[in-house]
Amino acid sequence: MPEYQNIFTRVQVRGPLHAGVPVAKGPWMREGKPFFLHIAGEIGNAQVGPLYLGTLGVASLVFGFIAIEIIGLNMWASVNWSPILFIRDLPWLALEPPAPSYGLHIPPLNQGGWWLMAGFFLTTSMVLWFFRVYRRARQLGLGTHTAWAWAAAIWLYFVLGFLRPLLMGSWGEAPPFGIFPHLDWTVAFSLRYGNLYYDPFHMLSIVFLYGSVLLFAMHAGTIMAVSRFGGDKEVEQSVDRGTASERAALFWRWTMGFNATMESIHRWAWWFAVLTPLTGGIGILLTGTVTDDWFLWAVKHGVAPHYMPIAPIVDPAGAQGVNP
Amino acid sequence: MRPNSISLVALAGAFLMAIIAVLTFTRPPVDVIATGNPGTGMQLLYNPAKVTAALAGNQAPPVLPQIDAGPAASTVYKNVQVLGNISTGAFTRLMVSMAAWVAPQQGCNYCHVAGNFASDAKYTKVIARRMLQMTIAVNTNYKNHVGNVGVTCYTCHRGQNIPSQVWFTGITPGSGGGLAESNMGKNLPGPYIVTDGSSLPSDPFTPFLLNNDQIRVTGATALPTGDRQSIKQTDWTYALMMHYSTALGVGCEFCHNSRAFNDWTQSTPQRVTAYYAEGMLRDLNRNYMVPLTGTFPAAQLGPRGDVAKINCATCHQGVYKPLFGAAMASQFPALGGAPP
Repeated sequence: MPEYQNIFTRVQVRGPLHAGVPVAKGPWMREGKPFFLHIAGEIGNAQVGPLYLGTLGVASLVFGFIAIEIIGLNMWASVNWSPILFIRDLPWLALEPPAPSYGLHIPPLNQGGWWLMAGFFLTTSMVLWFFRVYRRARQLGLGTHTAWAWAAAIWLYFVLGFLRPLLMGSWGEAPPFGIFPHLDWTVAFSLRYGNLYYDPFHMLSIVFLYGSVLLFAMHAGTIMAVSRFGGDKEVEQSVDRGTASERAALFWRWTMGFNATMESIHRWAWWFAVLTPLTGGIGILLTGTVTDDWFLWAVKHGVAPHYMPIAPIVDPAGAQGVNP
Repeated sequence: MRPNSISLVALAGAFLMAIIAVLTFTRPPVDVIATGNPGTGMQLLYNPAKVTAALAGNQAPPVLPQIDAGPAASTVYKNVQVLGNISTGAFTRLMVSMAAWVAPQQGCNYCHVAGNFASDAKYTKVIARRMLQMTIAVNTNYKNHVGNVGVTCYTCHRGQNIPSQVWFTGITPGSGGGLAESNMGKNLPGPYIVTDGSSLPSDPFTPFLLNNDQIRVTGATALPTGDRQSIKQTDWTYALMMHYSTALGVGCEFCHNSRAFNDWTQSTPQRVTAYYAEGMLRDLNRNYMVPLTGTFPAAQLGPRGDVAKINCATCHQGVYKPLFGAAMASQFPALGGAPP
């Protein structure tokens, strides 16, 4: 398979069109006639379809569509229904959570009520999608690893948009729906709570996030490098180690003295990916609820070092007795 | 089979990224000036091309030679309510300078009725008198901010009737009816000089530089002790700080160590100077600008009928010290400028 030696795919993966194994009896069938798409074949299997939506899939899409409509129409209204401004300014537009003064009460629709509704529909959509992925995996006799990985992502979303605001007693603590606005929110969150980088669970989340990227590159690079020896048959090599596995293992032992196995590397990858939102969600949940300033917390526990002051500065508000 | 199509996609992608980089990135070199301890990231970053442009656009004009001769102005001229006690020589010199600073096209008649300079018939004269008082107040009461550099009319006006950088009150967040989400005063591309084009609140001035809302939001203790400042409030402080940054043409580390923005012991002396500006601007906007609302013609008021007000950019105009610290005021003792 010399074609696999390039970092870009040089082969079209294209077999006879097939619909797959029979679906268990139910009201839903697989949708669409399968067809070949060349561009899909450049990055994966050239066959597109059929798609199984099912009850959960349809419900998830309906709820998701409603959420996107609420968010999108409110954004569009914020530029006076101008289609040009809507497209040009889309990254700036947002649907905001209610003001902190509303606490956990339900505000009028135009004061954050839409945000609450959008959050409900989007969360429901994601949870339905979890059950869909879970059920599809079971129907095919697979493990449910993918569903649980998705659940880890839902956990972080749930903490940000629901659980932490609930503990803080204010919907206003939640992020807005919007591209730049939610990034500004992230910065504001860190500014308010004294630098999130000193949050140990945020540190862990970064480790797992960057670690996932590193593992992804290491694993993908290794497999492509040994594909000329049949290393692309990873599943077979997990139980029946061939020369590809041997060489890959030797490569890493020579490089760093230790190697994962064809089987364990996938556990590494799954856990690193899943632990990113799991630890991140814990870090967010602790912020403002059990800590108020992560920098001071880090100073208290000897994490943040002290530097010599640049100049003998004192807070002028304190010096003057003036309220800032 | 099209074996080269992926390579073409890669090539097109590389071309697109190059275009984005060329159009949006600042061209090197970048000069780095370290202001703090090594490894703390306390660095000021300057692009020579931008510094050259800023220098060219922020030069103090030549000033008339000082004159201090003649009797007190109030004994010679009528209706001199401010500066009556300075010599006619110094008075006339200042009046001629003011015309050059504020109304170089219209000259004396921008404020004065031709033939009757004592008349207060023109609204511009009433405003100019109040602005003289304001300039003197800044130079004498706010040395903690303006230092020995001081301000003159030119600091803000730069040869224009109305300073180019002023602000008006924006829409009240959450106001307005309708079924759709009401205007929250943010989440639209903001003016560059206020929020660097971000989606942050576009009028952080009304709460902080006119009203006295709390700017400080960061927790003061490691564990919660009742601080109820919210993330939403932080957005407004964040926007105000972005204005400081763009108005002065500096990064956060001009004043702060970004690892603990709120910590004074890790801040630079410039932060103290900036702190005093907040009180000064509140004073100027409330006690000098707002009372003039009825004096201005309606066309010069903001969309909500409020008077033009002052923020950092009004004087600084993108430079860390207005006019790069040219001590113009020191050459006009009548304006309260400190001697050099």
